Amino acid sequence: MKSTLKLTLGLTSAMFASTAVSNVAQAEDLTLCWAAWDPANALVELSKDFSKETGIGMKFEFVPWTNYADRFLNELNSKGKLCDLIIGDSQWIGGSAENGHYVKLNDFFDKEKISMDDFVPATVVGYSEWPKNSPNYWALPAMGDVVGWTYRKDWFSKPELQKEFKEKYGWDLAAPTTFDQLKQIAEFFQKREIDGKTVYGASIYTERGSEGITMGAMDVLYSFGFKYENPDKPYEMDGFVNSEKSVKGLEFYKALYDCCTPPGASNSYMGEGVDAFKSGQVAMHMNFAFTWPGLQKDENVGGDKIGYFANPKGPDGDQFAQLGGQGISVVSYSDKQEAALKYIKWFANKDVQAKWWSLGGFSCLNAVVKDPGFAASQPYAQTFLDSMAIVKDFWAEPSYAPLLQASQKRFHDYVVAGQGSAKDALDGLVKDWTGVFQDDGKM
Amino acid sequence: MLNRTADSVARATPEPLARKVRGISDKGLAWLFISPTILLLLAINIFPLFWAIYLSFTNYRANRPNEMVKNVGLANYKRILGDQDIWIAMQTTAHFVFWTILLQTLIGFTLAWLIDRKFRGHAFWTTIILVPMMLSPAVVGNFWRFLYEPQIGLFAYAVSFVTGIPATQIGMLSNVSLAPWSIVIVDTWMWTPYVMLICLAGLRSIPEYIYEAAEVDRASNWRQFWSITLPMALPFIMLAVLFRGIENFKMFDMVNLLTGGGPGSTTEVASITLKRQAFESWRTGYSSAFAIILFVAVFGLANIYVKALNKVKQR
Repeated sequence: MKSTLKLTLGLTSAMFASTAVSNVAQAEDLTLCWAAWDPANALVELSKDFSKETGIGMKFEFVPWTNYADRFLNELNSKGKLCDLIIGDSQWIGGSAENGHYVKLNDFFDKEKISMDDFVPATVVGYSEWPKNSPNYWALPAMGDVVGWTYRKDWFSKPELQKEFKEKYGWDLAAPTTFDQLKQIAEFFQKREIDGKTVYGASIYTERGSEGITMGAMDVLYSFGFKYENPDKPYEMDGFVNSEKSVKGLEFYKALYDCCTPPGASNSYMGEGVDAFKSGQVAMHMNFAFTWPGLQKDENVGGDKIGYFANPKGPDGDQFAQLGGQGISVVSYSDKQEAALKYIKWFANKDVQAKWWSLGGFSCLNAVVKDPGFAASQPYAQTFLDSMAIVKDFWAEPSYAPLLQASQKRFHDYVVAGQGSAKDALDGLVKDWTGVFQDDGKM
Repeated sequence: MLNRTADSVARATPEPLARKVRGISDKGLAWLFISPTILLLLAINIFPLFWAIYLSFTNYRANRPNEMVKNVGLANYKRILGDQDIWIAMQTTAHFVFWTILLQTLIGFTLAWLIDRKFRGHAFWTTIILVPMMLSPAVVGNFWRFLYEPQIGLFAYAVSFVTGIPATQIGMLSNVSLAPWSIVIVDTWMWTPYVMLICLAGLRSIPEYIYEAAEVDRASNWRQFWSITLPMALPFIMLAVLFRGIENFKMFDMVNLLTGGGPGSTTEVASITLKRQAFESWRTGYSSAFAIILFVAVFGLANIYVKALNKVKQR
């Protein structure tokens, strides 16, 4: 009887204890929200170390890119408590700062001695600051990303193709350094038979629904001389957005789409681009750098068969690339801000950042990317560094969404649907963007 | 028997509850039973409608919760009615509604008429024809996207086989002229069975003796079709047109899955524009006004149509 009583008491106490422990663990669990993509899987792996060190459990809410903005902006706008930490897109920073969605991190950075000087400058401006170029920080640069190119090194090195190319264009077939060269290469490969299969020149961004064609077209327009506004008079766009150079850039993008993309590539973004490259359809492929680790490992097109190059130069020698990537922020509606800040502090650590890079994430910490061994650490590391040095980003204003929608429509109407001229599209864009800023009372 | 059951139920009711219920009239009891449904409807249908009407007169943006909401009067409505892009989206919608209804009615009625002949195996064919209607629009949209693929799609190969045009040149979703038709084809494929089913019900409701009388009068098959079949099935056809018209006016899923409104804006129907304004550009007040305009348009047209339908039925 006594032993039965003891056993019962023991079991009951164990049950209570385990419930209490699990309650504590649940109370401390953090939810991190991000897009569902390869780097997110790397972050899950990385965060296990955080849980081990602190005892704080990590939960993840990953949403596919096509619904990422809809889902999480809805969550933030409704002051939802789902996310304690969020890795939000770079363009959200203005709206999220002004609408109070993110916790301002200046005091925390000062207290924990986290300096923004330790991070790649472009990522600090792009992912953390609002207003831009002011020391007001709303995120820690988390995932550096930029649009660059991959190419089929194995095709480029075929002697018969090299010979034919040289005869036709007068220069050696190699990774292009200018957009003119890029187009020549794309034309050369378009509808060519390689290993018994018809291949095409290049995969570029043409997606209509979210941000695809804007990211792609801007990636080219910047190097042709496109500017968002008068540097001396903010929000004055006429003559900058629709300058002659911008028009030439947009005409180039359309020409590239018309001449050298695979059939039916009228709604192509990151996923479709990766598919086109992996299936051996295209010689070159425009995409964000986050896709590179996966492609490098691919059995069919990775390893020695793949090469990387930064966005080429425009006609005047200008060279820029579209910034991607995100910073990590603490959501102001979270009840677990203390624990969330602990995560940020841990994530800013040099060793964690080095492991982040080794797992497939793209660190923005100078100590990692400026390490002497970094450039040789991966075949794409040097291209990533070169690309991050030339980045420009889309508007990060609170009204970025209507600004983006306008460019999506104008670019797709012209580039894919072939309606009107490049000048019409950019004039229309100036009109649309002016309307948005007038609505905001900024003009 | 019924009384006995009622008595036994009454006896089984606990006394305190019975005492309470005894004081309620039949009307009161009826209200008691339907009030949860009414409350639910008010909460999820009527309240949002009135809230949307209110928002349509403001500059409210759902992504700026801290911004002051200003009354802008009719500004949103004026802006929508003067916006060329909105009119283009409305034209695209009208084009889509017209062609899908025309094709679905013609094919649906023809199929119903053939099935009504009751040939051998007609039940089997009826089931086969109904299959597309039973699929989820998300599934249909995705597999048609693959079928339309110029490089691997069966549709492109079939067209290429018949016409001799290389399959890679048949970009159903990327070609400006073909993209609207690609959606019309899919919608027709999916929803013709629905129209067929309603028409079949109409055809089966025509009494046999009318045809027998026509036979006695030596009316030709053609004459029977024009004087008996079509007029008597017309209310059913009109009903099918009404249902499909309302559905297609607010069509979203198929267009979103197949083309996303592209290429350019060539397949951007009103519902896609509305979604972009509401949930991508976050112009909540503006999009509420647009939604109200669409609602009034559909409601008004449907009312006129129902009146016409009633007239046809009375004939």
